[in-house]
Amino acid sequence: MRMTDVTERNGMGDAEVIPLRGAGGRPRPRPTPRRRGVVGAQPPGEPAGGTGASGTDGGIVDEQGAPGGEVATIPAGPLAPSQPSELEAAVSEVVDFLRRRLAGRYSVDEFGFDPDLNENVILPVLRPLYERWFRVETIGVENVPAHGGALLVANHSGTLPLDALMTVVATHDDLPTPRNLRMLAADLVFGMPGFGAVARKAGHTLACNPDAEKLLGSGELVGVWPEGFKGIGKAYADRYKLQRFGRGGFVSAALRTGVPIIPCSIVGAEEIYPKIGDLGPIARLLGVPYFPITPTWPLLGPLGLVPLPSKWYIEFGEPIRTDEFEPGAADDPMLVFNLTDQVRENIQQTLYRLLSGRRNAFLG
Amino acid sequence: MAPSVVLVTGVAGQLGGELAARLAADPAIERVLGVDTTPPSRDMRRRMGRAEFVRVDIRNPLIGKVISTAKVDTVVHASLSGHPSAAGGRSMMMEMNVIGTMQLLAACQKSDTVGRLVVRSTTSVYGASPRDPATFTETTEPKALPPGGYAKDAVEIEGYVRSFSRRRPDIPVTTLRFVNLIGPRADTAFAHYFSLPVVPVVLGYDARVQLLHAEDAVAVLERATREELPGVFNVGADGVLMLSQAVRRAGRVTLPIPEPLVPWVGRITRRARLVDFSPEQMRLLNYGRVVDTTKLKTEFGFEPRWTTAQAFDDFVAGRALRPMLDTDRYVDVAESLALRALHALPGQGAAPPAEREPAAIETRNTPALTPVR
Repeated sequence: MRMTDVTERNGMGDAEVIPLRGAGGRPRPRPTPRRRGVVGAQPPGEPAGGTGASGTDGGIVDEQGAPGGEVATIPAGPLAPSQPSELEAAVSEVVDFLRRRLAGRYSVDEFGFDPDLNENVILPVLRPLYERWFRVETIGVENVPAHGGALLVANHSGTLPLDALMTVVATHDDLPTPRNLRMLAADLVFGMPGFGAVARKAGHTLACNPDAEKLLGSGELVGVWPEGFKGIGKAYADRYKLQRFGRGGFVSAALRTGVPIIPCSIVGAEEIYPKIGDLGPIARLLGVPYFPITPTWPLLGPLGLVPLPSKWYIEFGEPIRTDEFEPGAADDPMLVFNLTDQVRENIQQTLYRLLSGRRNAFLG
Repeated sequence: MAPSVVLVTGVAGQLGGELAARLAADPAIERVLGVDTTPPSRDMRRRMGRAEFVRVDIRNPLIGKVISTAKVDTVVHASLSGHPSAAGGRSMMMEMNVIGTMQLLAACQKSDTVGRLVVRSTTSVYGASPRDPATFTETTEPKALPPGGYAKDAVEIEGYVRSFSRRRPDIPVTTLRFVNLIGPRADTAFAHYFSLPVVPVVLGYDARVQLLHAEDAVAVLERATREELPGVFNVGADGVLMLSQAVRRAGRVTLPIPEPLVPWVGRITRRARLVDFSPEQMRLLNYGRVVDTTKLKTEFGFEPRWTTAQAFDDFVAGRALRPMLDTDRYVDVAESLALRALHALPGQGAAPPAEREPAAIETRNTPALTPVR
């Protein structure tokens, strides 16, 4: 008797859920009316059994019959809203977020990193680009430590620093434990209205040794693109040829804090805006390092800002330990240069390997 | 050496006055002399108790006589002013700040009783630029030196203080670089700024703001007066608020202003006596400034009681700032509309929104402007 009751509940529950296009409920719409018919047919049999056991107590029989009828409607309460409550939950999540933002009830660190905004606005904006447009594949995610300070060093390309932004998504979404990559960016970014403020809120800071060491020392994952403008602004003809790796400042920061260096090779970013020319005078006028000409920019106007949908690979190489050197190694320029070269060679070799395995820049 | 005769400059100011009041309350200190060009407010004089007020201009050599006749052993120079209008114009402020310090230091150098000097400075000496590291330590070289005004005065004052300690290495000097002060009673440019109904900010910038509760500031000055803790220290609370966040916490509304118009707006608010922000302080609104207070905590041995956010909330509560816009209510209305729309979708029961919506609206009881329904 109770068993049939349970099937009744389920049957009724499913019947109510169907209009909401539940994931697994598609084949059920037809059987349920039949079950409903069974539900309707069952109670008469039920009291029959009941009367057989409890004798002449007709009142109980009636009561049992009545709850049977109610049972059909009650589950509709808890079960039916279970679907809309997903949407409702989404609404209330957005509302909670808005309340928090409008009341200023969130916290930022001394670099201006706003995890709440990063999680709820910045990353969701970048994600479609990462998943659908560039279809980024990550290799070697196990090489990024799950916690503790680490310095991620990557090649820079693509005219606009989308490679850096995609690496941020990669280290958040594709690692077993999501991490917030704190990038070291050029002062140009922080002087630019809009960009500077957003970059700070996303957790990035100025590329300088005090900031790098402070972040690494507090156990953050720090990202650096040591080629700088030379790398990101190089001509398409020079694609995947690593430029000079700065002055090795990143290596001395890693040495001082004893954190591992993780070489990171990004393939695909070179093709997003193939830079075939440079309008130097305009760049000087705007105070930027280069003004690129690509096949679509500035020819097609704003449409030229749409990156070409190349297929990307981001490979995290094996960590290079820096805690085995003697203290004071950071002040040994020869050692710093050698280590810089080692990281650079590592990335260059990985790039060649990834490229040789790639058949087409857009299909992968 | 425990201080017995203390001279405090700038007692008409809040920080100097509070310090004099606290020192006067301590019977172990023999005499407390307060110096300023204008007498402190009546309320402040009452709280200062037995402290003596000497109305003297520190630019005048008379200050040397005060120090020698009273046998002052501890000098606290707390009169650094960032209010050009209060001081009587920018050039007058510079005179008071820089020339006053020179005279005071000259008097201290001559004196054979002075055994300790405490100087109030500001973190403005670091300037603010996009090329600076995220946090300044006491040894960070500023990338962009403050071009003028209050911050330049502070840089010059610190220069004179350094040369003073070269000439009198026997006198320990404590230089305290304070961040912007805030608190329920703080009468600072920042407090005025956040009290504006509509707060002008620079379009496209959001500064990191580090504050210090005014009571923590007094406590730091007091500790520097009582203990011998020579050196330069950044003094600021833990934690950071973004400028936009602080404005929201105060229930104000931001008015983003394009950068070229900022000096202009600054001039208007100054003329209208709303906010006395000097141009170099306006730059702070672009980039903000955060200082590293590790040295304050370890070497100086002081833990601020309030974090930046707590100090700011205390200021908001103390000033009873009312929200300009009832944003919570807008959100409630938006939520109920969204839920209603959700339930108007085919196949949705209409009961839950009917329950939720009135509840959401009735719980609002803020006394602020009622938005159009």
